Amino acid sequence: MEDQQYRGSYIAGFELFEKSLNGESASPLHAVRREAIARFASVGFPTVRHEEWRFTNVAPIARTAFAPVLRYDGAGVTRQVLNRVGSADGDPFMVVFVNGFWSEEFSRSAGLPAGVRIESLASALARRDEVVLSRLGSLVAAGENGFTALNTAFLREGAVITVEDRVILERPIQVVFLSRPSAEPHASYPRVLVTAGRESRLSLIETYASVSEGVYFDDAVTEVVLGEGAVVEHDRLQIESTQAFHIATMAVRQERGSNFSSNAVSLGGAIARNTVTAVLAGEGCECTLNGLTLAAGTQLIDNHTVIDHAAPHCTSHELYKSILDGKSRGVFNGKIFVRAGAQKTDAKQTNKTILLSADATINTKPQLEIFADDVKCTHGATVGQLNEEQLFYLRARGIGEEEARDMLTFAFAADVVSRIHAAPFRDQLDRLLRARLQAGRIATES
Amino acid sequence: MLTVRNLHAGIDGNEILRGIDLEVNAGEVHAIMGPNGSGKSTLAGVLAGRPEYQVSAGEVTYEGKNLLDLAPEERAREGLFLAFQYPVEIPGVSNTYFLKAALNAIRKHRGEEELDAMEFLALMKKKMGLVEMDQDLLNRPVNEGFSGGEKKRNEIFQMAVLDPKLAVLDETDSGLDIDALRIVAAGVNKLRRPENAVILVTHYQRLLNYIIPDFVHVLIDGRIAKSGGKELALALEERGYDWIKEQGLPVGA
Repeated sequence: MEDQQYRGSYIAGFELFEKSLNGESASPLHAVRREAIARFASVGFPTVRHEEWRFTNVAPIARTAFAPVLRYDGAGVTRQVLNRVGSADGDPFMVVFVNGFWSEEFSRSAGLPAGVRIESLASALARRDEVVLSRLGSLVAAGENGFTALNTAFLREGAVITVEDRVILERPIQVVFLSRPSAEPHASYPRVLVTAGRESRLSLIETYASVSEGVYFDDAVTEVVLGEGAVVEHDRLQIESTQAFHIATMAVRQERGSNFSSNAVSLGGAIARNTVTAVLAGEGCECTLNGLTLAAGTQLIDNHTVIDHAAPHCTSHELYKSILDGKSRGVFNGKIFVRAGAQKTDAKQTNKTILLSADATINTKPQLEIFADDVKCTHGATVGQLNEEQLFYLRARGIGEEEARDMLTFAFAADVVSRIHAAPFRDQLDRLLRARLQAGRIATES
Repeated sequence: MLTVRNLHAGIDGNEILRGIDLEVNAGEVHAIMGPNGSGKSTLAGVLAGRPEYQVSAGEVTYEGKNLLDLAPEERAREGLFLAFQYPVEIPGVSNTYFLKAALNAIRKHRGEEELDAMEFLALMKKKMGLVEMDQDLLNRPVNEGFSGGEKKRNEIFQMAVLDPKLAVLDETDSGLDIDALRIVAAGVNKLRRPENAVILVTHYQRLLNYIIPDFVHVLIDGRIAKSGGKELALALEERGYDWIKEQGLPVGA
């Protein structure tokens, strides 16, 4: 579609969406939505002329008309589907969304301890929950870019997770956004709002997956606020259809002495872009961002991270690994800001890529901007193939070449997988990744 | 068991082996000695199927098969084992996982049933004592963070588990202290059976105090310049390699 045309199709979609809201359009939030769609109409999607999108051309998203989803329909979703995408029966409290709508039938939060709430965003909005309303968009501005504008314009559903001060939640909470593609491509706008109170503790798993292969568009925004001394462990799996578009923006704000650590695994999407921004706002925070990308075919998977050291004595670690096969492309951009006064900052960034084919490419760019003088910041990037000497060693012991390649590829990935916090989820992912490594290649389905 | 005829091989167009002839029978231990750069490690590498070497002439028959036609993993499954001069570190792959995959690949090839986790563990326990390996080392990634001696002992441990017909040890003794040398030698001597054979590539005579070879070959400039019994090793220790060089090399090679 031509430039103006695709904008028009989202505006038309917005009008349908508005009608489906049944009178809610008089609420103050709706003014925010209107403002956001107007913003989208004026800025559209970013193009490769925008520095932040230089290597990720989202024109294919503009070329398809994606209709908004207006009601819940859980057809085709089964326990088997959930298990396949790494959501084991058993441990976690689980919230399941289907095409962006909260699924009552698959969500379970029975037994949540006092001081922990999992609520559908729709119901929080219906109650006009002041706290939720004030926090929505506090970290991710609607005007950030066309994608955040759209997510805000179509704001309706999502997960609101709140852990009160000093409450320790032992078992993880898993939020699963399932897409069910159909002949008519749809867009959904997942939204997650997490508030971890002072000295609280939370383990959160986010999963983005599809029931089957197909074209759809997931435009997600996650906001995580950590109070003083809070600990949030975050695991994320993106296993969308390889025909789908996945654009996700996560923003984290950390108060004094808090600890946020994230492991993000990206397997799916024709185009997948994760933007993660963590602001270390108080002294003595620790922030860990790890990522693992497996891509094949013509997939493009882009990880943009920003760690903003705004206060002294904070530590950040970053380890992003990619395994690229076929004609796939990877992008890694890691910004680290050290603000004036953020003395004794200790920041370490590592980006490692293995190219399994001659046609796979990676664009990697560390970007350190340091305005304090007593800091330790290191970064390193490597790009290579599987190590021939290791390969020969395994083969010389009787292990076939393809199996040896898979073993080494998995070993490269295991570095990140082993850091995944939630143990059952880690085991699921372990199996999922092993199934994707087939005879020295990456399979795009498992 | 192994017949090498007029073997020429090299790397990147540089010929290193320039006509090797060698006959190894079951039950024998052959020591291959020689100065630095004489082609000892190249010979070990060519036998194991190291991909960077090109064979330009000659033939190698192992157990009636053309060895050079076989991929490295096929050679291993047929019972050939190379103990590496510089064992590789493989982060992310545990020793036990790796060795179980290797053993089962070999067993499968032999038409034997694959070992399950329990049976494999029992076998490991049995072989661990042999090379005085720590359980702790086995749970770690392959060779990662191992000392030089631990790496070499791990090679011998793998050999003990895989139980090869023909073991080629590439300077396994280099850099070992006396205790480690004794352990390595004990491991090799355990393998010494009428149906097996060993090729020891070594720079020093001292390993041969612990493993008594049946034959000693001196490799100089890519050819076997002299062969003899164990007394040849002692003569080399005393006199070095120069006297052999002075005797001249076979003509026409």
